[in-house]
Amino acid sequence: MGGTGAGAAYDPPRFLPAGDAALTVEFGAAIDAETNGRVLALDAALADAALPGVVETVPTYRSLLVQFDPAVLTHGELEEALKTLGPAHGGGKAAARRWTIPVAYGGEHGIDLEDVARHHNIAAEEVVRLHLSGDYRVYMIGFAPGFAYLGGLPEQLHTPRRRDPRMKVPAGTISIGGMQASVCSTPIPSGWHLLGRTPVRGFDLRRPDPFLFRPGDRIRFARIDAAEFKRLDALAESGSYLPEPDEPAGGPAGGED
Amino acid sequence: MADLIVVQPGPQAMIQDLGRVGWQRFGIAAAGAVDPPALRAANLLAGNPPGTAAIEFTLAGGEYEAEGATVRLAVAGGDFQVTVDGDRVPPWTGFDLAPGRRLRIGAARDALRGYLAAGGGFTLPPRLGSLSTHVRSGLGGLDGGVLRAGDRLPLAAGAAPAGPPMTLDPQGLPPRREILRVVLGPQDDHFTAAGIETFLTGTYAVTTDADRMGYRLGGPEIEHAGDFNIISDGIAAGSVQVPGTRQPIVLLADRQPTGGYPKIATIITPDLPSLAQARPGDTVRFQAVDPAEAVAIRRDWEAMLARMGEWLAPAGLGRELDSERLLGINLVGGVVDGLA
Repeated sequence: MGGTGAGAAYDPPRFLPAGDAALTVEFGAAIDAETNGRVLALDAALADAALPGVVETVPTYRSLLVQFDPAVLTHGELEEALKTLGPAHGGGKAAARRWTIPVAYGGEHGIDLEDVARHHNIAAEEVVRLHLSGDYRVYMIGFAPGFAYLGGLPEQLHTPRRRDPRMKVPAGTISIGGMQASVCSTPIPSGWHLLGRTPVRGFDLRRPDPFLFRPGDRIRFARIDAAEFKRLDALAESGSYLPEPDEPAGGPAGGED
Repeated sequence: MADLIVVQPGPQAMIQDLGRVGWQRFGIAAAGAVDPPALRAANLLAGNPPGTAAIEFTLAGGEYEAEGATVRLAVAGGDFQVTVDGDRVPPWTGFDLAPGRRLRIGAARDALRGYLAAGGGFTLPPRLGSLSTHVRSGLGGLDGGVLRAGDRLPLAAGAAPAGPPMTLDPQGLPPRREILRVVLGPQDDHFTAAGIETFLTGTYAVTTDADRMGYRLGGPEIEHAGDFNIISDGIAAGSVQVPGTRQPIVLLADRQPTGGYPKIATIITPDLPSLAQARPGDTVRFQAVDPAEAVAIRRDWEAMLARMGEWLAPAGLGRELDSERLLGINLVGGVVDGLA
């Protein structure tokens, strides 16, 4: 992972070819909300503009991958078009939202909680308290269906990844790796540390919108016990439990933080 | 109601169309056929639109039966050993499978992956706009996985064979390439000049660690300029990432949408099927083209694919007589009065 801090953003962004059919627009070399905000703003403006030949975009921490149809556009034409885009009108993307995500910590739900506590030489309860104190931002969705990469993990909990990744961690896993945190919606291989599990299904094909989180959304975690996890998990399994966003997080997803 | 019954699936046999568009931003892999021209050819021979979902298989195609109705089928991708009840079907040729008969698809000398298309296509429910199977996320196909013995693939109603079977001259498909053309970047600045030179002059062998997600290649070590971790960003099809092993990994249809290793270059779309058809031990080399050249090559390639239909001809009129035609002219059944 790259460093953080000011001065790492590029203005104007760099336009980097990614083969015959994609262009990476890179805004900076760091993970910060301002750089990510510019990525999301361009993504929203591009969606608003509905530029012919743009097939699909992938917003990430500090870059936007724009996949295009070379029958319609060249790299140069796309770059020129991207440079002339104004700010989004808000028609392309919905506003960022704030979620409260219930988590059962430790035990079978968070098998690495004790290890993380030992690594930092603090009590397991302190790890939980620190994790709960974070105000997290969804920087990007990637890796696996609905997998939310979160920034905002308290620095005291920054923990190197496991040397030996696990082949499969369960859906709903709440984990940390390096300076990042995540909500994972499907079973995946992972080298991150498992602190707990949420009954919330971040990805469920039975819903009209199968994905709960969007980049720019804010997340806080709330503690539940094992019995409450079991109750909510059963409801979620039957499709009758899904959290509502608490309130708008303020401003469009593409706006500054 | 008609079904195609999977008696024995070939290795890694699964449903693929041209992939899932628009969901990579949610962590959903594009998936889709790794050899789209071959998918297109199979569909052409089966009488389908080019992107209709078919069965993609690796090495060999397995055994199938039709139930309820006769179905027009076609296998494309290479010279696969195709038989119906033991009678050889010529390669790159459509054929009809009647209920009670057994289709077997063996290996090909010249290809790794093949496509079995059925006239009218399979009536399976799309997942996020596509029938493509992505095993890691459990999406697409029958139930998100590879085909299993006993699976029933429902066929479109009223998709009876239309007209005589056709054969396709494989010259109508883009030729396979050993030299894969790449556009350098997006992270070529994470490598030394010597590292890029190594990449562009070295010969790389396909390793056994090669699947629909990516191909690990073995060859001369590619030197990074600094750290081999980057902040995770989007991955285009054909991206060549170089992790700390200094050996390249090419990412294909089932790639994760984002990743954190620097990408020295990206193989252009027209050259990706050549890699997808390469077997462990096969070698490839890389040649840089600039982005404008890459777009021009892509446009020529698309034009060639669009003209593939010009290479179709009615089956059985050329060098070989296929069994369907022999049956049609009453030479196989021993009844010759109609032609005597």
